Amino acid sequence: MEARFRALALLGAVAFLAAVPLGARLLDTPFYLTLFGRIMIWALAALSLNLILGFGGMVSFGHAAYLGVGVYTVGILSYHGVHSGFVQWPAAILTSALVALVIGAISLRTSGVYFIMITLAFAQMLYFLGVSLKTYGGDDGMTLPVQSQFGGLLDLGDATTFYYLVLGLLLALHYVIHRLVHSRFGLVIRGARSNERRMRAVGFPTFRYRLVAFVVAGSICGLAGVLLVNFVKYVSPAFMHWTRSGEILVMVILGGMGSVVGPALGAFAFLLLEEVLSSYTEHWALILGPVIVLLVLWGKRGLAGLLAPRDGT
Amino acid sequence: MDPTLLLVQGLNGLQLGIMLFLMAAGLTLIFGIMNVVNLAHGSLYMIGAYLASSFQEWTGSFLLAVLLALPATALVGVVVELVTIRRLYARDHLDQVLATFGLILFFNELVRVVWGKAARYMALPAALAGHVELAPGVRYPLFRLTIVSVGILVAVALYVLITRTRAGMLIRAGASNRTMVGALGIDIARLFTLLFGLGAAMAGLAGVMAGPILSIESGMGEPILILTFVVIVIGGIGSIRGALVAALLVGLVDTIGRAFLPPLLGTMLPPQAASQAGPALASMLIYIFMAGVLAFRPEGLFPARG
Amino acid sequence: MAEPLLEAAGLSKRFGGVVATDRVSLAVQAGEIHAVIGPNGAGKTTLVAQLAGELASDAGRIRFAGEDVTTLPVHARAARGIARSFQITSIFRDLTALDNVALAIQARAGSSFRFWRDARRDQTLRDPALGVLSEVGLAERGHVRAANLAHGEQRQLELAMALATRPRLLLLDEPTAGMGPEESARMVALLRGLRGFHALLLVEHDMDAVFALADRITVLVYGRVIATGTPDEIVANPEVRQAYLGESETDGVAANAGG
Repeated sequence: MEARFRALALLGAVAFLAAVPLGARLLDTPFYLTLFGRIMIWALAALSLNLILGFGGMVSFGHAAYLGVGVYTVGILSYHGVHSGFVQWPAAILTSALVALVIGAISLRTSGVYFIMITLAFAQMLYFLGVSLKTYGGDDGMTLPVQSQFGGLLDLGDATTFYYLVLGLLLALHYVIHRLVHSRFGLVIRGARSNERRMRAVGFPTFRYRLVAFVVAGSICGLAGVLLVNFVKYVSPAFMHWTRSGEILVMVILGGMGSVVGPALGAFAFLLLEEVLSSYTEHWALILGPVIVLLVLWGKRGLAGLLAPRDGT
Repeated sequence: MDPTLLLVQGLNGLQLGIMLFLMAAGLTLIFGIMNVVNLAHGSLYMIGAYLASSFQEWTGSFLLAVLLALPATALVGVVVELVTIRRLYARDHLDQVLATFGLILFFNELVRVVWGKAARYMALPAALAGHVELAPGVRYPLFRLTIVSVGILVAVALYVLITRTRAGMLIRAGASNRTMVGALGIDIARLFTLLFGLGAAMAGLAGVMAGPILSIESGMGEPILILTFVVIVIGGIGSIRGALVAALLVGLVDTIGRAFLPPLLGTMLPPQAASQAGPALASMLIYIFMAGVLAFRPEGLFPARG
Repeated sequence: MAEPLLEAAGLSKRFGGVVATDRVSLAVQAGEIHAVIGPNGAGKTTLVAQLAGELASDAGRIRFAGEDVTTLPVHARAARGIARSFQITSIFRDLTALDNVALAIQARAGSSFRFWRDARRDQTLRDPALGVLSEVGLAERGHVRAANLAHGEQRQLELAMALATRPRLLLLDEPTAGMGPEESARMVALLRGLRGFHALLLVEHDMDAVFALADRITVLVYGRVIATGTPDEIVANPEVRQAYLGESETDGVAANAGG
């Protein structure tokens, strides 16, 4: 697909998203606002995973853990009376970064399937931690006492405001990732994915760079968690369940790894498909499962692959 | 520390370990020889349990249920292999993880469609429902002891199969050099299918034996799957011996940890904190253990490939 | 003689029951071309892997430019001026030739913890990269995707990657591997031009290349050094003749075909 057409298509998509709240008001239902708002938050999570997976070649099967860190940081602070978003949000992102630093420092010493398993295991640990925190609802979770407060600046209680905040952050972070993958740092990460042996031979301490990428990805996903908990107003370990991590992986693959907008496309396609299927039958997983299998077997380049010119990026 | 409690929990740990071994042996062979990461292994365990529960309902006999469920699960495994897994051999691990993840979603929903959403239960066979007195005052459920015995028998049978039969030799050869085995004219495709079926049967056996002890429900395969992966990673991928050692270790660490860690923390922390930290830490213990092993031996305790 | 640029003393490496490297000692002077030859299985690549830092030796020490680098990882040795080209071409297949070299230049051109500027437009990387490509004769092919280059061109790119880091020592593992006579001759001329600017440790099977280039030769058999010296000394050495050169005189085709 020609570059100009591609740019137009993406612009159209953004315009569509921007128009959703208007449409919602016209149709007099918050349904689409909720649907697309939720999808955008997962798109953010997928975007963050793609940095380390699509560009970095690090198959993390525990990415949903950082969603959970974001969710619980805000939830716990709110439970103890700290409602200011100016405190909660930086705290959540910082905590996600720290957790990613620790997990990454250990996991990145392994590779291949060991890496997949150890990231899965760490996510499980955090899941069980969440389940065992009875004060904060344990297995069932708890409602978020109060949404993040931003003084007079921003009212998350207003659905439209919140929606545009999410859209704005999504677009902004897309741009950040775009610059990141084309920067010197990005080239190192991508080079390490392509041929780590050669990168080391040329003098790059690849571990360091990967760890930084891991932390960045975890932080962005933590932000997604912050948005999520405010959006659904619920704190639950279910956000960290390993099937969530699997779903984010599917979104990235479906959308096309190694492309900046791919994951968002994947998130939209996956969640919309889930939405449509579940409206027809409660057994939608019966169809989604094989769809994922077929996707893996036949759809290597993903949706973004359809859009992208032959030589990529 | 109460010695009776320790003994009982130790045996429970052994029993969990044996079940993990049944799961891990199949998985590690499939991974070690066929180089396939199969997340749907837990689904085979679940299917084994579901099938056994139905067979028990229809025939009224636990023994028959076992004898029917094993080949049935193996058959399901073979079908899965022919339809999906076969096409994943040449793919990278990410593709395999995703595709088998899709299988999990499918099977979890399938059992809900076929058997309904409510949890199912299997009755303990009358012959094995009693207790055994291991020592004065120490009674242990006979069924759990049976599980341990069956597991040991399977371990021995596996050992004999791998080391003393021609098929076993092919398996070991395949583990170290599958291209060569193919070049020798052995039908690799058939070998792999059989291997997968064997792994499925063992997973099914674990599921069948779990049936009377646990509740049978959709998604029951995943927690044990993850534990199984922890076992293989600790034991060393491709190594049956590693799987056995690691399975027993993991079973013991997990069970004894869950039994003794909370009270232990109770002596050190205020009760509110202990009642949360205890179970939390106990669930995390296995993963901490794995992280520890990988820190010193990134290839596991007994890596099969030098 | 001045202190050698690279000095390996008593390097040993076992794999289970097999001794791949047996108390190997050798020295490479700055600016010299030093060839390592030996029959297949002599442990040449294993030796290079230890010198580069990919493989940890069981025993022995390695000194580079007066510093003990034995425990340093690959990237740290690369940063100190040891570059490597691999026997099996190891480049970034999806990038263009220019991008390949630019990445290698980037390793030594300041910090790569830069997250914003587009590195592909950075002329401070691309100009030197073009320069290196010219040195190896690939200036016209900079825009071609590495995977689409001819085999010989890929070997040239492999060399360019090593040169891009402006190393003091180049560890070259069979640079002419898989090349026809014309391409090999071009590569030899290229390498000869490096003498004096860089030290070369050259593992080679191609005897023509070895004798055209080497200032000194080390002969490795079953992981052990059996002789070190100038080409004339080596040719005259009876042990060498028996173990290696003797065989290749009768099995000329086999020796040249091997690689």
